[in-house]
Amino acid sequence: MNDLILTNLETVPGRRTVEHYGLVSGNTVRAKNVGRDIAASLKNLVGGELKGYTQLLAQSRDEAVERMKEQAVAMGANAIVNVRFSTSSVAQGAAELYAYGTAVRVE
Amino acid sequence: MTPDYGQSESVHTALIILFYAAPFIALVVFGFIGMLAERSHYKSIRQREQNGLRIPITPTRRLEAGHIVAESRLVAASVVVSLDYFKRFLANLRNLFGGRVRSYESLLDRARREAILRMQDECPDADMILNFRMETSSIANTRGKQGAGGVEVLAYGTMVRYAAPGTTPPKIS
Repeated sequence: MNDLILTNLETVPGRRTVEHYGLVSGNTVRAKNVGRDIAASLKNLVGGELKGYTQLLAQSRDEAVERMKEQAVAMGANAIVNVRFSTSSVAQGAAELYAYGTAVRVE
Repeated sequence: MTPDYGQSESVHTALIILFYAAPFIALVVFGFIGMLAERSHYKSIRQREQNGLRIPITPTRRLEAGHIVAESRLVAASVVVSLDYFKRFLANLRNLFGGRVRSYESLLDRARREAILRMQDECPDADMILNFRMETSSIANTRGKQGAGGVEVLAYGTMVRYAAPGTTPPKIS
């Protein structure tokens, strides 16, 4: 599954797309835990990067991508093109991370 | 009989003054710390931006003609930042009169540049980053509107590594 090529271009550079499988997507909704929230609100006083949140969102995004990849592999694809990310805060303290793209087979 | 009445009175007043002045003291102290942090962050950003040759980034999708691609993959990096206490106070003040909110400008500028640097660091062997995109979203705090949560900046694109001329790209399954 790790040799799946991900790109946000319409094609994989230097390779010909031989088959389209359609949309694949993965999402995850994450809530911040209390410990991180306390640390972040303290950090909020002095500003700057909230490393706990950065880490949390990066992990969640990886998970969303992982789910998207699973779908693509199940379809028999070996690449996902046109990958897009979207983040939205659905509720207070929770964020949804969504990744989507087109599963294709390239030569 | 009265034991040192005058002194306890003055201590009392001092405590009251301190109680009401605490938010302002915090404002100044946290603002100062935030300012120092911002300055050192900008210094490190500038240093890393000049450090060696950075990988060229382009928002276009097309690959320069005449190159054989050896490797291409998605690279992404994100940063979550927030304002300090003092700057948030300034921004709230700004809300009353309207106009340019400088404190947020510098915050977002820092976040964007940091995200780009991190993205480039993810693929030190790349020749080019194509279809570069940037996304900004505000992350709500559990306390809702009161404590501005943070702003997340995500930078992503497709890294491309060129093969030496004359070689064929490796086969994939």
